[in-house]
Amino acid sequence: MTAIRRQSAASNVSLERRAWNIRRKALLMGEVQGQGYIGQALGVADVLAAAFFHVLEYRAEDPEWEGRDRFLLSIGHYAIALYAALMEAGILPEDELETYGMDDSRMPMSGMASYTPGMEITGGSLGHGLGIAVGMALGLKRKNNPAFVFNLMSDGELGEGSTWEAVMSGVQYKLDNLVCLVDFNDQQADGKTTAALARGREEDKWAAFGWHTQRVDGNDLKAVVAAFEAACKSDHPGPRVIIFDTTMCKGIKFLEEREITHFVRVEADEWAKALTVLEEEKPQ
Amino acid sequence: MTLASMKRKYEPRKVQLGPDGERVATSAMIASLAAEGYDTVAAPFGHALLEMAKKDEKIVGLSADLSKYTDLYVFAQAMPDRFYQMGMAEQVLMSAAAGLAREGFNPFATTYAVFASRRAYDFIAMAIAEEKLPVKICCALPGLTTGYGPSHQATEDLAIFRGLPNMTVIDPCDADDIMGMVPQIAAHDGPVYTRLPRGKVPSVLRQYKPDYQFQLGKAQIIKDGKDVLVVSTGFMTMRALDAAKKLADDNVDVAVLHVPTIKPLDTETILAEARKGGRLVVTAENHTVVGGLGEAVARTLLTEGVTPGFKMIGLPDEFLEAGALPTLHDMYGLSVEKVVQSIKGWL
Ligand SMILES: Cc1ncc(C[n+]2csc(CCOP(=O)(O)OP(=O)(O)O)c2C)c(N)n1
Ligand SMILES: [Mg+2]
Repeated sequence: MTAIRRQSAASNVSLERRAWNIRRKALLMGEVQGQGYIGQALGVADVLAAAFFHVLEYRAEDPEWEGRDRFLLSIGHYAIALYAALMEAGILPEDELETYGMDDSRMPMSGMASYTPGMEITGGSLGHGLGIAVGMALGLKRKNNPAFVFNLMSDGELGEGSTWEAVMSGVQYKLDNLVCLVDFNDQQADGKTTAALARGREEDKWAAFGWHTQRVDGNDLKAVVAAFEAACKSDHPGPRVIIFDTTMCKGIKFLEEREITHFVRVEADEWAKALTVLEEEKPQ
Repeated sequence: MTLASMKRKYEPRKVQLGPDGERVATSAMIASLAAEGYDTVAAPFGHALLEMAKKDEKIVGLSADLSKYTDLYVFAQAMPDRFYQMGMAEQVLMSAAAGLAREGFNPFATTYAVFASRRAYDFIAMAIAEEKLPVKICCALPGLTTGYGPSHQATEDLAIFRGLPNMTVIDPCDADDIMGMVPQIAAHDGPVYTRLPRGKVPSVLRQYKPDYQFQLGKAQIIKDGKDVLVVSTGFMTMRALDAAKKLADDNVDVAVLHVPTIKPLDTETILAEARKGGRLVVTAENHTVVGGLGEAVARTLLTEGVTPGFKMIGLPDEFLEAGALPTLHDMYGLSVEKVVQSIKGWL
């Protein structure tokens, strides 16, 4: 098992600043469209910063490089968050930011593999990512390719049967090159996730199936990095999961404090306000 | 296979601007279908179901994390003890609806059309349809009614459910259809799949035919005409009626036969209308041209030896693009302008 690698070492930009940049780009895209899954993007920004600037191996100029770690976005509606990270990583050109969600843009509102460099799979229909990740992890092993497969999924996806089929499959094939990242924001379309199917003890469920399991505060960058380190370096003979408890709209107080729903409404004048608020907390 | 061999569209794409140079944005998931010039009714399905549920104690509602987005919330909020939140799990949504039906209840299960027709299909086929259980599957985002791309565009659901024995399949046009339909499917003792316009739904049919009443299994002439017979379903009936108005300016007289029930098909009315000679028959549906209304009508006509000029308006046999809904409707021939153009071109 390879240890954690490179990108961050090659850069002197702090992870805090990376996360801030991701939040800022997501807000700018939301402003362009006047809408977007901004609550999710702000919530998951720290996880993406750690992934793209501390963990993943990739070549910005060649997003299909065979040696890359695969990063699957199982949650197509989180595309705005991944676009921000891909731009921050130099995989997507920043000057396309303003095309977000527009006709003919390479960044449609729901993530699709055929549109966007760096978007490994087509999302939108939830519950697909982990199964595909199992297959890619099997494929990498067949090719003796030491890369990891990361699958970013949501807590809502914990309700889909397909997720649990893949959970068992990953154990059956001892996929120690598979890392599942669960954004547990306790939100899904009709309300709280903990009021629907994922009623607590999520980490115990994964552990009982045989996964290397961690649950951490997904908005505490140090904890996020440590969890990635532990997941990648562990000699556990099977797949790994990190459940990240995150806060929707994290980093923009006035949004965090409003009634949180699946699709957080932001009024036309609030995008600029959010960007101003963010500016005040710019890290080094 | 390498990724590079997959069909990709990586080259920077040109952003299209609207007529006034403005950027055209993808319509939101929550947006209602734009229908200029029509009054709208808010959440007609939810309100109609609630009314029925007050009369029929056996009615229960279930959703797979989409009660808010299928208008079922109106019922769920008013009758919380008769609503089951199944979480985002479409398979158990359908199996559990089957179980409730077995115990004598009259379940209405909602999700998006793509998830019922794709993820939950086997559960609908075996647990519901094969057993002829009276489960009413009501699904938002029919056909091309969102710009989110193929994951949310149910372009082949009618073909899928038409192919399933015992199913009744409905594609309502507007709020009048929905409100008329709910009591009739509630009373129907068998499985039903209906598409569901949601949110602010236009009221169209009664503007043209004030005494219009939805009748399960029946096609109805909404507007008569001498030159062209449009046989349409779902919101394409609205498009056909709007197109007929424009075509009248060019002295083209268009009849519109609305066919909300796709299965069983009202072949009697369709044949009778198609036999009124001399009219070009044009089918129009918000669905792939494969396996939907158009092919069902073609089969009906051919097997009875009725052979008028025949054309089909529908979506191509492709996964569609993402983008703004008006752009996409224009691109795929479902806009009023494109319907007018097509019909003129065929005359
Ligand atoms: C298979 C499937 N079922 C339903 C939906 C509709 N849907 C889109 S997002 C969503 C909520 C899913 O939960 P989660 O991803 O945790 O939502 P969030 O945290 O973004 O609010 C639902 C039900 C879908 N996209 N795919
Ligand atoms: Mg969630």
